[in-house]
Amino acid sequence: MNNPKLGFVNKNRRELGMLGLLIVLVIITSWGTRESGVQAVFESKFLSSDNLKNISREIGIYGIFSIGVGIVIITAGIDLSVGSLMALLGVVFLYFVTPTETRPDSFLARIIPEIPWIAAIFLTLLIGTAVGLFQGLLVGKLKLQAFIVTLCGLLSYRGLARFSADDTSINISDSSQNLEFLRFLGEGSLADVLTNGNGSGLLHSIPMSFIYLICFAIFFGIILHKSVFGRYIFASGRNELATKYSGINTNIVIAFAYVIAGFCTAFAAIPFCIYTGSVQPATHGAFFELYAIAAAVLGGCSLRGGEGSILGILIGTAILIVLRNMVNLFGYPTPLSDAITGGVIFVGVLLDQHGASSIKKIFKKSH
Amino acid sequence: MRGINKTFPGVKALTSVDFDIAKGEVVALIGENGAGKSTLMNILGGVHQPDSGTIQVNGENVSIKSVSHADALGIGFVHQELNILDNLDVGANVFLGREPRRMGLIQKQIIEDKTNPFLEMLGLDISPNTPVSKLSIGQQQLVEIAKALSKEAKIIIMDEPTSSLTISETDKLLKVISDLKNEGISIIYISHRLGEVSTCADRVVALRDGSNAGTLTKNEINHDNMVSLMVGRELERTSNESGSNIDISKGFEAKDLISSNYPNCKISFKVFSGEILGMAGLVGAGRSEIAQTIFGVDPDLGGTIYIDGNPIKRGSAKASIKAGIYLAPEDRKRTGLITEFDIIKNVSLASLKNYSNRIGLIDSESEETTASNQINKLNIKTPSADTPVINLSGGNQQKVVLGKWLSMNPKLIIFDEPTRGIDVGAKAEIYKLMRKLADNGVAILMISSDMEEVLGISDRIAVMHEGKITGILDREKFSEENIMNLAVGRSS
Repeated sequence: MNNPKLGFVNKNRRELGMLGLLIVLVIITSWGTRESGVQAVFESKFLSSDNLKNISREIGIYGIFSIGVGIVIITAGIDLSVGSLMALLGVVFLYFVTPTETRPDSFLARIIPEIPWIAAIFLTLLIGTAVGLFQGLLVGKLKLQAFIVTLCGLLSYRGLARFSADDTSINISDSSQNLEFLRFLGEGSLADVLTNGNGSGLLHSIPMSFIYLICFAIFFGIILHKSVFGRYIFASGRNELATKYSGINTNIVIAFAYVIAGFCTAFAAIPFCIYTGSVQPATHGAFFELYAIAAAVLGGCSLRGGEGSILGILIGTAILIVLRNMVNLFGYPTPLSDAITGGVIFVGVLLDQHGASSIKKIFKKSH
Repeated sequence: MRGINKTFPGVKALTSVDFDIAKGEVVALIGENGAGKSTLMNILGGVHQPDSGTIQVNGENVSIKSVSHADALGIGFVHQELNILDNLDVGANVFLGREPRRMGLIQKQIIEDKTNPFLEMLGLDISPNTPVSKLSIGQQQLVEIAKALSKEAKIIIMDEPTSSLTISETDKLLKVISDLKNEGISIIYISHRLGEVSTCADRVVALRDGSNAGTLTKNEINHDNMVSLMVGRELERTSNESGSNIDISKGFEAKDLISSNYPNCKISFKVFSGEILGMAGLVGAGRSEIAQTIFGVDPDLGGTIYIDGNPIKRGSAKASIKAGIYLAPEDRKRTGLITEFDIIKNVSLASLKNYSNRIGLIDSESEETTASNQINKLNIKTPSADTPVINLSGGNQQKVVLGKWLSMNPKLIIFDEPTRGIDVGAKAEIYKLMRKLADNGVAILMISSDMEEVLGISDRIAVMHEGKITGILDREKFSEENIMNLAVGRSS
């Protein structure tokens, strides 16, 4: 209290530590991908504007659904359904914007009407939010275990997506609508949207999904860290009973976290399927729930609930994406990327929980 | 144990403390919370290592490195929070980690045969196959003692063994202690309940602020001596003043209230504005459930409650809180506080709407001001308002619970075991606060199993037995005997 500066460092110790890790990763990757000489670091492949644009687009998409999952984790819950829900919503969204004749023959393909893309966006967001509400009521009101509820979601949404797409890929190119502006919104840059595709310069390097993420982060940052509802989220996650004894309807608070997660997932699903151009329902968004959990945990969310921050989730997401990018740029085999990611998360969390001494101890013991 | 020193980061927990115990002796270790009792015993039990000092067992110098080392030396520790696995049966708990096995398989019969004699010795008439979840807390405690005995413990440390026992279970435990003593086993008995200490201890060792405060021999043991050793001064006895501002036309009333564990009993009573109504009874009489029903965290099964004559909405804590009915629950850490949150956030949790603007953003400045006011008013001892309450002592935690409610508009405050686990000095402060609240026109319902407390500060006492109120005593009828008679269901 007497020293506000120290207070800031203490309160954000976790975030600052992870920010350090992110900076180290950025430096290593820049150094490793430079042509030659020290000067060339700034012209490395990693720092090229195309690469930066690509990773910030990915950070944007992953960050949005990670915020949703992170909020659920702060309530001491978990959401495993994110990746499957993205596949299902991807199929649904593309059905909305493609003519019925081009779709494979399945139940869902027959009942989903073709509608203008703006309406498709709203309906997709609505469906995602409704799915979140459904899971939230099961967890919050009926007190079913979040792990089980969302595990069922993981299996059934994926299955439903594959079934309704007849296990073939659905392509955005089958659409007969003029989707140019939708493409700008989904995979374009800020310059594309502002100048209808003619822009260049700095604005051209900022993908829209990154802009969305910034908006989500500010909005949910304020909700989580400044609002009454956010305080209830932390309180319910930390000690639900004591929160209930303070006259707060924790059932609704917890249910609402899943609604937020559903909305965030739906919001990320749209630019993601525009970016990929097609949805192959068996693999679209696979493992995304786990990347989201990893990002949240890296960023300081505790699976026991009651801990975490939006800033941390952003940093966690950035670490994941930069790591993967590093593996690609260094020319390591892509299949190795998850293994490396897993290793870095493990070391990061270990360092955070036990400090550098614990790692020394492990190595000492093994010798 | 000689000259034991122990420092934790930022705290000097023990300063050259001496402690000894003879074979077959019962030594009570007393002291206020934070006096160092637990630290000293954790050192003896191998949980912590001392910074300096020596420990001798049977005349030999030892340094106790771990809990299993302490076990091997014959030192058993029965913790306040039972370390018992309620998904296993009695025998499995007793032999946990030392299961007799053949080819890796557990020999159940051997466990049974070996467990039985200990159960008999402790007067436990149960089979080793009984699941622990079927046992009462008192029986579970005895299972823990059986576990210590099965490891051939010569010294058994009991930390607040009676804090969740009923009166008859407590009596039984005290008898077990005297039996064990006759078997030559030494007992270290840590307790805040001075009555029990006088009954069972051969010697009393008091700690104060991490140092020895003195020793009492058998015939010096009495309430006043113990209290003055613990607090280092003569403490005024609990006030016997009655409420000065009782208004029988106002306050709280329950009519035909039904609570979950006695669905066939309807209960009616009043707590007048300005009075403290004590509620006595044995554990299991249904007192806490009545409190939870009134507060709205238990379901509404029927009945009406009134504040100042107006019926209020029931069925949720939210509705009760809105009507000014607050609960300071028995289990502060589980239901009263979010212990990892700081004082500010705990104080404001129930009334956050008062600190927020139209769009639901919290004004942290006014939140902090309120917390600071409560810290001053209630004399909460804390380094700062943003200290997590887990770092506070029990008494100060209870004050934070109070701060949460007093920053609002109390009509009825229900205290469930308000001083459980709170040391003597802080107890007196809590009593004063309760009296002051009553004098300001709040109705106070105090559920307590501490006879001295009930008799000392109530204006009237309601006694419960198996879900019913068997009698309400006025001050002139206050006596332990009258309460006990009603508590066991005899009318006085």
